[in-house]
Amino acid sequence: MNPDNRRILYCHCAYARVVPGEVKQEVLTKLAESDLTFDAVPDLCEMSARRDPKLKELADGGAVQIVACYPRAVKWLFAAAGATLPAEGVEVLNMREQPAAAVLHSILGAAS
Amino acid sequence: MSVQVMIYEGPRSRQFQPSTRAEIFRTLLDKGYAVSSVRGEVASVPASTVTLVLGRFEQELPAGHDAQLQMRDVDGLGASDVLSLVDQVREAAAVPVPGKWKPWFPVIDYKRCTNCMQCLSFCLFDVYGVSNDGKIQVQNQSNCKTDCPACSRVCPEVAILFPKYRHGPIHGGEVNADDLRREAMKVDISALLGGDIYSALRDRSAKAKSRFSKERDEDRALKERLNCLNKLQQEMDIPGEVLAALPSIDEIRAKAEAAKARAQAALAGTQAEAQR
Repeated sequence: MNPDNRRILYCHCAYARVVPGEVKQEVLTKLAESDLTFDAVPDLCEMSARRDPKLKELADGGAVQIVACYPRAVKWLFAAAGATLPAEGVEVLNMREQPAAAVLHSILGAAS
Repeated sequence: MSVQVMIYEGPRSRQFQPSTRAEIFRTLLDKGYAVSSVRGEVASVPASTVTLVLGRFEQELPAGHDAQLQMRDVDGLGASDVLSLVDQVREAAAVPVPGKWKPWFPVIDYKRCTNCMQCLSFCLFDVYGVSNDGKIQVQNQSNCKTDCPACSRVCPEVAILFPKYRHGPIHGGEVNADDLRREAMKVDISALLGGDIYSALRDRSAKAKSRFSKERDEDRALKERLNCLNKLQQEMDIPGEVLAALPSIDEIRAKAEAAKARAQAALAGTQAEAQR
């Protein structure tokens, strides 16, 4: 568990090329090289289609940062899996739009 | 059933080199495996998952095997060796190779959806269905045709997302005033082909049949059909393979009518419920 009890979910969007490769690689590398614990999944869409119980666990478990794509897409992908994200305590970082440095700053803080 | 890999760096184990840890994550994710980093206790393992705990353990691992929760010492192994090990565990557990299906399917934004059922009436591949309480749902994701966003184009409320689509707001970006204006101005698909899409296809088919009988001009009929399909392809960004895979006109007619009936029944049900 991370010091502030926050959980981190990283989506690798492995089956499409819509997330810029360099952003994805830089975020994953820095995250994996840090001391933070996190869950990395190959593809959030695929999990949603399978209604993976892990999504409910994440939605119900308190503060979470989700590193994936557009917040609207993430919100409704969770909902489609029967896992409604709470209105508070959830931060979605969008690797399709934000540069790696901005995503990493939100996860790792100023030290990144 | 799936495989969940845990990179364990808790008590009685040594840490990985940060670069090695990053390389293991990247290699496994690229192959479709979920990976978590764990520094404390391993969380409970869901029955539907084979959990594989990988670490640089300081003590010899206990002998014996629990099929659901397995531990392996990977001290000294590189990322490709770790991947081979995970593949072996997956094969032994008869878990299918991940990544065989590209997860392309519509996701409904219920904040925008008005339950008009146009998507249900439109889709020929039974992707949509209706819940017990009369609400539109995506029920058969794997029926959806990869890279085809056509149903999102017929949605009058911009409520259908395809998270892997290239452009907004269909990819999930916020819907702005311009998008709404475009929707309002959008000659609805009806107007595009002069009626509802399937009616247009039927009309064109009927005209083509009539021409066949009068002129026996197969080339002209084929050209007409291609024109119609090209219009659809351009306006709705439907991949050529999807159009080529469309069922016959008779099947389209039957499916469209069945979908329309389901949509009307669901709407009638919700209206009746609202009046009670």
